[in-house]
Amino acid sequence: MKAINPAHVQAELDQLRGEPVYVHLETTNGAYASHREKGTLSAGAFIRNVQLTFEIGKIAGNGPYRIGLETDIGWLYAEGLTDWEKDEENRLLFAGHDHEGRLAAALELSRSPFPK
Amino acid sequence: MSKKPLLVIFPHPDDEAFGVAGTILKHIESGGSVTYVCLTLGEMGRNMGRPVMANRETLPDIRRRELDRAAELLGIQDLRRFGMRDKTIEFTDLDALASRFGDVIQEIAPERIITFYPGYAVHPDHDATGDAVIRAVRALPEEKRPDVHTIAFADGTEEDLGAPDVLTDVSAYRDAKLQIIEAHASQTAGLIEAVKSRHDTEMEEMLVTERFWRYPV
Repeated sequence: MKAINPAHVQAELDQLRGEPVYVHLETTNGAYASHREKGTLSAGAFIRNVQLTFEIGKIAGNGPYRIGLETDIGWLYAEGLTDWEKDEENRLLFAGHDHEGRLAAALELSRSPFPK
Repeated sequence: MSKKPLLVIFPHPDDEAFGVAGTILKHIESGGSVTYVCLTLGEMGRNMGRPVMANRETLPDIRRRELDRAAELLGIQDLRRFGMRDKTIEFTDLDALASRFGDVIQEIAPERIITFYPGYAVHPDHDATGDAVIRAVRALPEEKRPDVHTIAFADGTEEDLGAPDVLTDVSAYRDAKLQIIEAHASQTAGLIEAVKSRHDTEMEEMLVTERFWRYPV
């Protein structure tokens, strides 16, 4: 992955407008967070292979970045994104890495389903 | 059939490295065989290497190869992947999982099983794996149940369960164990850096002594 270039990302998001895409969306601070540090809440969520069609998709911020996708009945929002790539399968992969390189957030968009 | 089969059951590639690598090396050196059932590819791991070398979609294959290498270093002849997804074990049908474990137990007739102590293993996948193993063992007639040695590290473990029943000195395998931990580089590079740069008493202790609680099956 490489550091996000918002102009390049915006161009890629524009290309996916109006067509169904599969989404992997995730946030995590790790299953061990509350074990390692008392008082910390282990919190996270992921959803994989939900399909949506967005009408407007934007990247915002000065880094770390935010991405918001508006659909006809709702929203997708991701915060803390630092790196991205368009992989060999033309999937858009975004990740937010903390200062130790650990993944804290992920947003991935693909025209075909992700492996389960 | 090899003598003294040992069955190791964990959910994530690298679970075997920290808790039991020394025990496995020792067991194989003494002529025993080891079957390792690893449920997932650890595909939801948060660590992506140092520097970052993986993404969410490439991590499964990277960890698959890391586990292959670790198994090779350990001398494990029989590695079985169960094709489940990291973080989801507790939400699957645990009786069905126990029944898959039961088939493996029947096939290799282990003298001992090593897994996590359900309820004392911190990660929900660890607890659920231990739970299903215990169900599988309890489904066997009493005289056929192998010993179950478990790993526990939740806060309050010793207060609730007492001191570990089995303390295995694996100091002869310290360096080999460190290499096996290193084989899981995507997950352990940061830890290895820490071990090599400063003396960490807890980590050093983990490298030379492995601790197990015998589960009352």
